Amino acid sequence: MTAGPAVAADLSSTLDDDVVLRAVNISKTYGVTRALKGVNFEVRRGKVTVLFGENGAGKSTLMKILSGVESPTGGHLELDGEVVSLGSTTDAVERGISIIHQELNLCPNLNVRDNIFIGRELLKRTGAVDYARERDITQQLMERLEEPIRPSTLVQDLRVGQQQIVEIARALAADARILIMDEPTSALSASEVEVLFKVIRDLTANGVAIVYISHHLEEAIEIADYAVVFRDGDLVATEKAENIDLGWVVRQMVGREADYDFRDEPRNYGDVALSIQGVTVAEPETGRVAVNNVSLDVHAGEIVCVYGLMGAGRTELMEALAGRDEISGGRVLLGTDDLAGRNIAERIALGLGLVPEDRQRDGLIQMMTVGKNLSLPSLLSSVKNQFIVRKTERDNIAREIADVRVKTAGPGALITSLSGGNQQKVVIGKMLLTSPKVLMLDEPTRGIDVGAKGEIFSLLFREASKGLAVLYVTSEVGEAITASHRIIVMSKGRIVQEFDPRTCTRDEIMAASGESDVASAAPGEHAASHSNGALQ
Amino acid sequence: MSTTTTTPAPAGAGPASSTKPSARSLNLNAVLVEGRALIALVIIIAIFAVMSDNYLTAGNLTTITKQVAFNAIVALGMLVVILNGGIDLSVGSTVGLTGAVAGNLFRGLDLPLTEAIMFPKVWVIVLIAVGVGMLVGWLNGLLISRLNLAPFIVTLGMLYVARGLTEVLLNGQNITNELSGEAALGNTGFFETFASRPLGLPISAWVMIIFAILFSILLTRTPFGRWLYATGSNERAAQLSGVPVKRVQTRIYVLAGLCAGVVGVLQVANISSSTADLGQFYELNAIAAVVIGGAALSGGRGTVRGTIIGAFVIGFLANGLVIVGVSPFWQKVITGAVIILAVAVDQIQQMIQKRRVARKAVANAKQANRQSPTPTGANA
Repeated sequence: MTAGPAVAADLSSTLDDDVVLRAVNISKTYGVTRALKGVNFEVRRGKVTVLFGENGAGKSTLMKILSGVESPTGGHLELDGEVVSLGSTTDAVERGISIIHQELNLCPNLNVRDNIFIGRELLKRTGAVDYARERDITQQLMERLEEPIRPSTLVQDLRVGQQQIVEIARALAADARILIMDEPTSALSASEVEVLFKVIRDLTANGVAIVYISHHLEEAIEIADYAVVFRDGDLVATEKAENIDLGWVVRQMVGREADYDFRDEPRNYGDVALSIQGVTVAEPETGRVAVNNVSLDVHAGEIVCVYGLMGAGRTELMEALAGRDEISGGRVLLGTDDLAGRNIAERIALGLGLVPEDRQRDGLIQMMTVGKNLSLPSLLSSVKNQFIVRKTERDNIAREIADVRVKTAGPGALITSLSGGNQQKVVIGKMLLTSPKVLMLDEPTRGIDVGAKGEIFSLLFREASKGLAVLYVTSEVGEAITASHRIIVMSKGRIVQEFDPRTCTRDEIMAASGESDVASAAPGEHAASHSNGALQ
Repeated sequence: MSTTTTTPAPAGAGPASSTKPSARSLNLNAVLVEGRALIALVIIIAIFAVMSDNYLTAGNLTTITKQVAFNAIVALGMLVVILNGGIDLSVGSTVGLTGAVAGNLFRGLDLPLTEAIMFPKVWVIVLIAVGVGMLVGWLNGLLISRLNLAPFIVTLGMLYVARGLTEVLLNGQNITNELSGEAALGNTGFFETFASRPLGLPISAWVMIIFAILFSILLTRTPFGRWLYATGSNERAAQLSGVPVKRVQTRIYVLAGLCAGVVGVLQVANISSSTADLGQFYELNAIAAVVIGGAALSGGRGTVRGTIIGAFVIGFLANGLVIVGVSPFWQKVITGAVIILAVAVDQIQQMIQKRRVARKAVANAKQANRQSPTPTGANA
């Protein structure tokens, strides 16, 4: 792992003149979480630099710093060899650095021309907007990007792929020399990806530097000139594209993740605790079928992992089971109770709890203390004659803090003072306090460090051995294999395959999820060469 | 493995051990936020006491307290709404409406289908009037929680509706003479009860004290109170924790209506008439009291104590300005400036607090760096 930075230094010394943007010893701290730990990173003119790394490895944080969204806690940026400080995104755009976020930042109610020039309108001498000139430039940009979109078309009438092109056009209109793309293909069809790649090659031929982030490993390797791998806030490897393959990327990404391995835990399952029978979930706004006829039984004492890419319908399934979203078809049994028509509180009371994916948005009450966060879902168990019995509540909280091992100054400390891993333990602990029969967790280890990940899984396996049924979602293959009794792979709203973690390989799972196209075309070839090395 | 922790939590703090220090520092913070209002109150009193001999007299203090009480009671209702992240602009009109309802009931109810006119007893009149206030609140609550309408819009609309109904009920005439009732009709005793001064304090002050205690218990000792703070801070997370967010949202507006109804009755007794403009701008005074008392308009933060102090700040200020003879025009300018100042100081205080936390985190991270340059987590 220490080899990484050394390699980076070698490359930089030989190719110095091509480096347009250099991040020197950048670190970033959020509260007590260290998202970046002194990273050195280079972006080269006319090249595509691809960033690999699992969720929470630090890629997005670095991109936020490069695009002026966040300021680094330590280190500095050099643009064309000069030290710069980017105070805002506008600042970054003015210096030629543009970012295209995964969630597109367009105003759907405005047309293409207005979106491209929003905030940087071209003015006539009178001070009025020069729509004619804006339209002409938009027209030229669309021709350059070979996308026949009329400047007057409303963005809401465009397909997602076309909207992405508009975002790129906007960056080009701002004379972007460095273009950062965060998961640009996640919403694109295969043909749209081809168009995008062609656009990227045109851009690099014109000297634009591209920074590219994707979970779709095969795709990313295809477009890469340089590969950079992040793990736990460190930049662990830099390599030229011709020297890498899928196996190398996976090995670098997961590194020493075998810190925990629960594959040998005893398996003594009880009865079916949660029975999902042909469940279909349609998104309320769009009517898109997010979960399509999914059936799955989870037994008491069993830990089932649902693996899949973003948008595979995993989160939608969990939220529908928890009672936040409507289930439009099928039925769900918790033990013998049908969950139809029951609200979230009733489902919690019956013994079904959800630890949501987005801890800050859905998991924590930020203005409350650790203790009050812990007791919230089970508060009614501390109530007598309409009043909260403080002693009961205090005892419950103290027991749970010890049980899930939250490192805190005490129950009276603010929840925001805890590290990500400890906040997550609180979110899990508060659901455990409701004495659930089934606990669902959506990306339970997202954005927390390796040590805390191991602790959270040992906690789950301990509870499972006492009879808790666990259903969790992950996008980390290594986690799926080392911390589950059974792996379910979802893709495009359906369950596509089931694996036994003791016998399956990394590539088999990735191929089933649609993550690596090449592997699915020729599974044997890749599985043999990479998965074993990666697991070591 | 717990010994080589990289989490810079205060060292030595075992899981369930010493809860005292953090609890105390938290209280200190709360005291500072509320203390700001208290300090303002002391300064205001000191300034006016120096400027006028008539300020700190028993008579004037009683007058102030009576006025403060009306605002404070409405503000308590406003507090629960604001804690939830909502706003209720209709409470002033509701005060007027309940006052008009009470006044009308003293004139007697024309029973349909019969020739009889019913004269309800005073306690029935009070119950009906307060009930009307709660009904208005309940309507607000239903529209906001079930139809997901914006509180600002719904209660703005209700501000007009309730004021309009007040004017309809009064039909352009104040009700003054009928309010003492007639012994023959059995509806006497209104002023005797609601304009009395038990133990020398006006009845409105007593109601304020009782309401403050009840609301304080409600907010700190009941699940409803906890749910209120939780929903105000993060509604999505509260909902996923099983908090009945819609029910909470409906009930807070009922509480606001209840407070407005009580003030409506008390005010009618106080000014011995039902008038069409009764309660005008009460909503704004109430919001000001809540905000000066340290509550966040975005929800999740605020206390009964702070709100009461906030109401006293406004009351003492308004009265003082009158007593020292500041022109009514300038009174408004000064009151407005004090409100903005209170919120600005609050904001600055929070910014300083945040910066301090960030600095501490950085220092902690640096220290953790020194202790273990390559953090190896737990080996489970």
